[in-house]
Amino acid sequence: MNITIKVWRQKSNTSPGEFKMYSLSDVSPDMSFLEMFDVLNEQLVRKGEDPVAFDHDCREGICGMCSMVINGQPHGPLRGVTTCQLHMRSFNDGDTIVVEPWRAAAFPVLKDLIVDRTGFDRIMSTGGFVSVNTGNAQDANTLLVPKPDADEAFGAAACIGCGACVAACKNASAMLFVAAKVSQLALLPQGKVEAKSRAERMVAQMDDEGFGNCTNTYACEAECPKEISVEHIARMNREYLKAKLG
Amino acid sequence: MSSLSSLFNSSVGKKFAMGITGLFLVSFLVVHCAINALIFVNDGGETFNRAAHFMSTNILIRTMEVVLFLGIIWHIVQALVLTGANQKARPVKYAAPNTGSGSAWYSRWMGLLGTLILIFLILHLRHFWVESRFTGLHVPAMIIDGVPHDNLFAEMKSVFASGWVVVVYILGMISLAYHLLHGFQSAFQSLGINHKTYTPVIKNVGIAFSVIIPLVFALMPAAFYFGMIE
Repeated sequence: MNITIKVWRQKSNTSPGEFKMYSLSDVSPDMSFLEMFDVLNEQLVRKGEDPVAFDHDCREGICGMCSMVINGQPHGPLRGVTTCQLHMRSFNDGDTIVVEPWRAAAFPVLKDLIVDRTGFDRIMSTGGFVSVNTGNAQDANTLLVPKPDADEAFGAAACIGCGACVAACKNASAMLFVAAKVSQLALLPQGKVEAKSRAERMVAQMDDEGFGNCTNTYACEAECPKEISVEHIARMNREYLKAKLG
Repeated sequence: MSSLSSLFNSSVGKKFAMGITGLFLVSFLVVHCAINALIFVNDGGETFNRAAHFMSTNILIRTMEVVLFLGIIWHIVQALVLTGANQKARPVKYAAPNTGSGSAWYSRWMGLLGTLILIFLILHLRHFWVESRFTGLHVPAMIIDGVPHDNLFAEMKSVFASGWVVVVYILGMISLAYHLLHGFQSAFQSLGINHKTYTPVIKNVGIAFSVIIPLVFALMPAAFYFGMIE
């Protein structure tokens, strides 16, 4: 395959960025999208140019590091997959592919396609955990969890915190991410006790980080590589409203 | 009180305010549409004028009129605040905007649809509300059981004799239909109501509501214009 990549290049957080075009020939359709970038970077290094900086780690769709907006879609055209699980066979020979970083005030670009997502970590540190005094583990059967609740909590826990929801949302809202974290713990007995205050603290931090407001377009759900449901946003709204009005 | 003020300053609270005022405005649409649909009784406007007379003289309805205006203003102000904040949340736009996938176009264009509805609303208030409350109608009163009633029926007939007014009203109702198509179910989501059994029902009721109410409203100017109501 012959591919042209139009990619965002930006030296640092403070320097202005611009798009640059790169042509790649003999691209294997079985390469992952990130492997295609590896090939491009090898060529750039050989020419003495700065390689394109991008986030990646596990390359098996579970770490949440890869973060590219490909032809206007976070993680590219396939549903329910991360960029690392996207292959070049999803594109056509001769295509020009536009690759951009996540765009959000709360996710400033650090370099090229890498954005600063520590805002998510700060949100997690305000309530994305269960406060327990650790001791001996209890017998699992003493804490009964209905199967539907366990399934729902697991669905929320599938969130890998990649930020595609923010990237996809026209308002750069982080509601789906925060809702998944609030929901995952609110559904289980250990997390239920702090459900309201957790929602309160995490939403307050989310607002402080400068993410936008949810207008329920549900673009986040459509683009989420883990297909997290917007039902979790309603649960977060419930927990938050209970905390403020209850 | 501090928890209430922090609620309405938060992103979740602002959604809540949009949802609750939106649903309140939805309830107004039901009453307004039901009363106005009485013109289709086609009795020269007597039934409709009687109902309109009741609405304009009933103290409870008049009080709700003030609440309604406050609801509309809150909905608009909140929308402006949210739009401003959302624009700040993405200072650099995408070069390849992805407009086709994931979300319905009308859910992304609620602000524009709302603005079109507001333009229609200003014209609509000028046509009927200002006339009936302040300046007086252009047409003589209708005497029913010896009591003079504002002849809003005749007023509608004279306003809807103009083709461009009818077109603007119908465009206003198309904007309303799409605004409701997103807004109806979205309001429930913002209030935290999303349930595997009930949400599909809410969505279907929302679709039916978004079609029926604007359609009945749009039929009113059209029916007058084409002389189907005398």
